[in-house]
Amino acid sequence: MKLLNKKIILFLILFPAVVFCKGTNPTVESNANDIANVQINVNYVWTLLAAFLVFFMQAGFAMVETGLTRAKNAINIMMKNFMDFSLGSLAYWLVGFGLMFGATTTGWFGTNGFLFGDFIKDKDPWLFAFWMFQVVFAATAATIVSGAMAERTKFVGYLIYSVVISAFIYPIFGSWAWGSLYHGNGWLENLGFIDFAGSTVVHSVGGWAALAGAIVLGPRIGKFTKDGRPKAIPGHNLVLVALGTFILWFGWFGFNPGSTTAANTDIALIAVTTNLAAAAGAVAAMFTAWFFIGKPDISMSLNGALAGLVSITAGCANVSPTGAVIIGLIAGMLVVNSVLFFERVLKIDDPVGAVSVHGVCGAWGTLAVGIFNTSGFNLSAVGVQLLGIGAAFLWVFPTAFILFKIIDKTIGLRVSEDEELNGLDIEEHGMEAYPDFEKVF
Amino acid sequence: MKKIEAIIRPSKLEGLHAELQEAGFAGITVTEVRGYGRQKGHKEIYRGAEYKLEFVPKIKIELVCPNETVEKAIKIIIEKSKTGKIGDGKIFIVNIEDAIRIRTEESGESAL
Repeated sequence: MKLLNKKIILFLILFPAVVFCKGTNPTVESNANDIANVQINVNYVWTLLAAFLVFFMQAGFAMVETGLTRAKNAINIMMKNFMDFSLGSLAYWLVGFGLMFGATTTGWFGTNGFLFGDFIKDKDPWLFAFWMFQVVFAATAATIVSGAMAERTKFVGYLIYSVVISAFIYPIFGSWAWGSLYHGNGWLENLGFIDFAGSTVVHSVGGWAALAGAIVLGPRIGKFTKDGRPKAIPGHNLVLVALGTFILWFGWFGFNPGSTTAANTDIALIAVTTNLAAAAGAVAAMFTAWFFIGKPDISMSLNGALAGLVSITAGCANVSPTGAVIIGLIAGMLVVNSVLFFERVLKIDDPVGAVSVHGVCGAWGTLAVGIFNTSGFNLSAVGVQLLGIGAAFLWVFPTAFILFKIIDKTIGLRVSEDEELNGLDIEEHGMEAYPDFEKVF
Repeated sequence: MKKIEAIIRPSKLEGLHAELQEAGFAGITVTEVRGYGRQKGHKEIYRGAEYKLEFVPKIKIELVCPNETVEKAIKIIIEKSKTGKIGDGKIFIVNIEDAIRIRTEESGESAL
């Protein structure tokens, strides 16, 4: 009996092993295959996890924008940010992705791969992971513009812009720099243009479109005095701006390290350069504001962290940690002066500083890769970076400007004076964000 | 009976309230208000641009008391609210015809 018991226990212990090992004995090749499969699966997991982090940046953008503007426009700003992602996802699925990553016959944009056409052909699920990562980037470019156009843009006009940037403006430039990441082939990348995670492709594209929008709209009522002196229109919740900036910084750990679209050891350095540039940007902006304005201004310090993040995005995989700190410090100083320059000299009303943070610092970051590249400095590389920066401006600014002008002349881009004074929430959306709060003026 | 209306700095409310309570004043009404006097607002800076806060946030306290204690109340209010700088606020005294406690329908000073 005792022997039988022992046999039963042994059987129970070994049973799972027997079941799971049935069939083949592992060989060197089968092990290599299994290991390769694990790597493939981890690549999927990392790319998608990073995509979800970048998705969360939408919340960051929404909080930064609403905090820097008045309570009477909070619902409108939430709706713009929400629709940027929702409409943008559909537009990118229908048109944008194919233009950006489809095989190209013209050399200027992709011509196939719309509506997941490639999956129907080759059944490779990597397309889904890659698309998910790319769609959150497209939505980032789109939502940057919202802030510069805050508090005075007609909602329906904004929706049209939002579809056009996600379907055409962003993907076409993207195909020049990133097309070969999938089936495309871009002329800029072929010249050696480096923009690892999109200082230019995402941020400058958004920033220059934002500039076009702010110019076509004109400043908010009361932003400038009759003799052109800028007046402050204080935002209604600086705490939300800080929360939004923390969220963006957090999301950037997906934006930059995720742009490997592979789980490898590179992501450690990329995370470090990303973090250091953000920190340096925040510190530099704080001291710059302290020097020029007289106080350690919070909104400028927060803009500084974002400026550092935008600037390191192009070079996060190609510069040293020290390089990242220098890039961030310069970005922080640049962003404060740029905000003051656009407001005081050019008289352009950009309530959140989107043009300075994304347009200007995106361009700076793209140039900086040429200067601080750890594989060595050479002038022709800097030249290519400058060419990419220029190409982004020359493609995006005119097309966005024409688009906003067309919207303005047809359905209208700006709300009426009454609507602007009463707030877009009550006029465009029929409700208030804070109905129970006492409002004074 | 008199009503004392005092416009004071918001930061002075807590100390004043404690002192009035200690001195035996029966109740006060407090309102958050905005306005300006000689102070004419003050300046703040937002993203590098100066802006004027035309209507400065203040606290208005209202308290009704018998004629004999008016002087005492005024003394306490001044003592607890004065900083000597512009923006300390003002006190107004108003005659009150009658007072009625709704619960008991008492009137006059016994309603206070």
